[in-house]
Amino acid sequence: MIKFLLMVNKQGQTRLSKYYEQVDIEKRPSLETDVVKRCLSRKKEECSFVEYKDFRLVYRQYAALFIVVGISDTENELSIYELVHNFVEVLDKYFSRVVSSIMFNLDKVHIIIDEIIQNGHIVETNKNRILAPLLALDKMAEAH
Amino acid sequence: MPAVSKGDGMRGLAVFISDIRNCKSKEAEIKRINKELANIRSKFKGDKALDGYSKKKYVCKLLFIFLLGHDIDFGHMEAVNLLSSNKYTEKQIGYLFISVLVNSNSELIRLINNAIKNDLSSRNPTFMCLALHCIANVGSREMAEAFAGEIPRILVAGDTMDSVKQSAALCLLRLYKASPDLVLMGEWTSRVVHLLNDQHMGVVTAAISLITCLSSKNPDEFKTCVSLAVSRLSRIVSSASTDLQDYTYYFVPAPWLSCKLLRLLQCYPPPEDGAVKGRLVECLETILNKAQEPPKSKKVQHSNAKNAILFEAISLIIHYDSEPNLLVRACNQLGQFLQHRETNLRYLALESMCTLASSEFSHEAVKTHIETVINALKTERDVSVRQRAADLLYAMCDRSNAKQIVAEMLSYLETADYSIREEMVLKVAILAEKYAVDYSWYVDTILNLIRIAGDYVSEEVWYRVIQIVINRDDVQGYAAKTVFEALQAPACHENMVKVGGYILGEFGNLIAGDPRSSPLVQFNLLHSKFHLCSVPTRALLLSAYIKFINLFPETKATIQEVLRSDSQIRNSDVELQQRAVEYLKLSSIASTDVLATVLEEMPPFPERESSILAKLKKKKGPGAVTVELEDGKERGELNGGGDRGGDAAIAASNASTPSPSADLLGLRSTAPVSGTTPSAGSLLVDVFSEAGPSATSAGVNDDGFLSALHAPEASDSPLVEGPGDSDSAPPTVASEDPAPPLPESDELLNKFVCKNNGVLFENQLLQIGIKSEYRQNLGRMYLFYGNKTSVQFVSFNTTVSCPGELQSQLNVQTKTVEPLVEGGAQVQQVINIECLTDFIDAPLLNIKFRYGGALQNISLKLPVTINKFFQPTEMAAADFFQRWKQLSQPQQEAQKIFKASHGMDTEVLKAKLLGLGTALLENVDPNPENYVCAGVIQTKAQQVGCLLRLEPNAQAQPGEQMYRLTLRSSKDTVSQRVCDLLAEQF
Repeated sequence: MIKFLLMVNKQGQTRLSKYYEQVDIEKRPSLETDVVKRCLSRKKEECSFVEYKDFRLVYRQYAALFIVVGISDTENELSIYELVHNFVEVLDKYFSRVVSSIMFNLDKVHIIIDEIIQNGHIVETNKNRILAPLLALDKMAEAH
Repeated sequence: MPAVSKGDGMRGLAVFISDIRNCKSKEAEIKRINKELANIRSKFKGDKALDGYSKKKYVCKLLFIFLLGHDIDFGHMEAVNLLSSNKYTEKQIGYLFISVLVNSNSELIRLINNAIKNDLSSRNPTFMCLALHCIANVGSREMAEAFAGEIPRILVAGDTMDSVKQSAALCLLRLYKASPDLVLMGEWTSRVVHLLNDQHMGVVTAAISLITCLSSKNPDEFKTCVSLAVSRLSRIVSSASTDLQDYTYYFVPAPWLSCKLLRLLQCYPPPEDGAVKGRLVECLETILNKAQEPPKSKKVQHSNAKNAILFEAISLIIHYDSEPNLLVRACNQLGQFLQHRETNLRYLALESMCTLASSEFSHEAVKTHIETVINALKTERDVSVRQRAADLLYAMCDRSNAKQIVAEMLSYLETADYSIREEMVLKVAILAEKYAVDYSWYVDTILNLIRIAGDYVSEEVWYRVIQIVINRDDVQGYAAKTVFEALQAPACHENMVKVGGYILGEFGNLIAGDPRSSPLVQFNLLHSKFHLCSVPTRALLLSAYIKFINLFPETKATIQEVLRSDSQIRNSDVELQQRAVEYLKLSSIASTDVLATVLEEMPPFPERESSILAKLKKKKGPGAVTVELEDGKERGELNGGGDRGGDAAIAASNASTPSPSADLLGLRSTAPVSGTTPSAGSLLVDVFSEAGPSATSAGVNDDGFLSALHAPEASDSPLVEGPGDSDSAPPTVASEDPAPPLPESDELLNKFVCKNNGVLFENQLLQIGIKSEYRQNLGRMYLFYGNKTSVQFVSFNTTVSCPGELQSQLNVQTKTVEPLVEGGAQVQQVINIECLTDFIDAPLLNIKFRYGGALQNISLKLPVTINKFFQPTEMAAADFFQRWKQLSQPQQEAQKIFKASHGMDTEVLKAKLLGLGTALLENVDPNPENYVCAGVIQTKAQQVGCLLRLEPNAQAQPGEQMYRLTLRSSKDTVSQRVCDLLAEQF
């Protein structure tokens, strides 16, 4: 199962975090710093999976944006690795400039993630269906 | 599409976010946020009721502030209010806030539950989804109580929208995990299984997670899911790459769904129904075949998605462990990946092969890849991949390749990452023991292990080698000879001293015939290590000495003299003192017969499972899975098979490697204590309580045993002592040659003349702490390199050199440090120093590493100064002046008159003089304001007596205070050097 998903910039600042396992709010910043440190320090030729405590990190870099997913050992690393890419493609489809848009539209990014992952499990991978609620929302807002 | 805030565009929020992003510092950001928080708080508390839009805007800001990592302690109520709004946008922000910020024990849950109840019964699918998401995210018990009955109904109702079904499935999963007692199985369960047949792939994807969880808990109730999953999988696998439209990802049909189906099947044994099984095998073969087909796209996404399915299929094949053909095909496929250019694939292939290695059908096939794996261990640039390679070598090891694998692992150990050394040591120790054909190889391996990675050899490992040597009389002579040779090294690890002390104490007689290892030579060798060892080791050595008295009566006088010396018989450590007193007494009053009985050779140890294996099992972390899998096999072999029959795999693995190892581990002995000397037996246990077999087996050893060994790494690390005073920027020298010593390095050196511990150097990147101890002409220094940044240092390399004639004056030995220093991490380096003769210059320490690509090159002087080898000498006034007069030749004296640069505080002065290493002699100088000291500098070549006199003129005005420092010693260079060093201290 997926334990958490983080979107982090190159400076190591968390832009978005989503937890699927109870982690105390006070403990999150230190966990995030630690996790991010491990991934950011890795080189291109190193593998994208990192052992971390009793779980694993899968990370992928897009220009200045890092996406890190913490998974348990019942999850398939490559499938999560591609899930991240699918997610980024969805963002790309919706926002024209992903990196700067994320900051201004955190709520929408959350909606997108909620459509893809629920409760730590992959629930939808079809891009059109992932975006459907968001597009409905936009339509409603425009109508006002 | 527009980039910034679509739709109703909350302009205030966008401005606020821009402000935050433009903040130059964390402080500015906090200031801006506090201002905003105050503003929002006043709005919420204000008299004017806020409209939905404003409420939404402020809640959204709070959410944003929280997501930036700041704590939010208000606004929850306003968020809950938003839930009852009719506007989707407002409701959505409310739910989002609650999902992210409310944890399951909030007192707001009741209010939230009310809103959820309304939305669930609204029949509006978007509202229902929001409510279900919220339950899935919060999932508290109160929520389970309120909705556990409702949700299964929504999930299986015929008229529920697909998107609601998806959310309901994951929501139910959450409730089931949190409160299984509240989710009652019923009529819905069979209908849930049929969701695997749902037309909509999204529904299937969501339902599988729920079904996988439910069937792992109640396999029988859900076993119909197997055939449904197989047929679903078969339809996906055999579909063309475009059949599934939106669920096709880079020409791979429904990769995530396929993985989940394969994972679900791993909850069950192979299908019993022949038709289902046939269909499944066909699927698996198709997946393996596809791996060999030319790719439909050059994009990495295509091959990743394809391989995700392939690895999951291989996991299932390994899980079934019943189809030899598929297992071997899987192994061949992984073998191809081992040489793939994608690091990710190599990593996963190594890992997957690890589990294949434990299958009887594929073990041999895995072994054929040994050269590739060894090569990976040597050449992979990524430590996590190397770790996987090491795990795989361990898993594929058997009698046929044990020597090769153990040798490779040993050589890897010399450069292995610190984080995995202990585990590697345990693995090498286990393999060496398990597959030892001849015991001399086993002994060699373990001693090598101690030599290479002594710090990581836990007590279990050296206990074990002793147990085995004691129990096998054909290896005892060899072991004695080998430890004797190993102890010849000038700096050998304390664990080596322990093993050496124990084995020579028991079996030193087996090599005593050779004049090169005569009893006295053996004793002197052991005793030369004594002073550098920790208390527990010294205790062990004392026991070895008394055993020597029994083995070799000719050493009795020498050893008694040692025991009688003040440093033993009056040792401040109670245990050592007691041993010295008791052993001395025992050796002088007991008759030879009694002595022989009391000090008889250790009886064989009782048969038991290897303590090392237990330790490895206990160790969690990477490779734990492998270890668990290995487990069964190992236990089988450890007990010689037999009594654990029943499990086919264990029996088979025993059959395939009929093991003489059972001999080694089966430790044939029977009773631990021989019947001939019952009374002496108990005495023996008493006397040797720390070193004896009872301690070893029962683990009675107090923790001090190990913690003493690790003392230098304990929390009193010098890095926590006050910060260093050098803030200079890191010198960036492009050249790879060692940089010249920093200009301040002499000053840094002077800081350590009178102290042994502290921070040697610090800049923005690196901190170097020092801890050192000296005894006679030997010293040991621990250097702690702390990475102060969050980025790792690469190519980290340190060298210690002795320039010029220092080379012949000091013998300095270091171990190389790990080339990677993680951000925030600290690595330790041990330096052993032997002073051959007196010296002036200090050894140079050069540190090179790359930080963010730039080469850092720092040279420092290592604070090893001649005064470190002082041994204090107490003497009376008359003696002092007599010697002072004897050293009256002009070249024997060095004198300096200098201004005081610090105050003349008596206590500070005294502390410094004591720190110098000399004895501070009271009531010697007729002028009570003067200080006199005496000491002997110990070098290998000679001892140099040294007298010191320091005369302050304390009465003078501050600023005019002066000292006169006079040094006299039997060697002119020593007088001059000590005088120079000390003159800088006041």
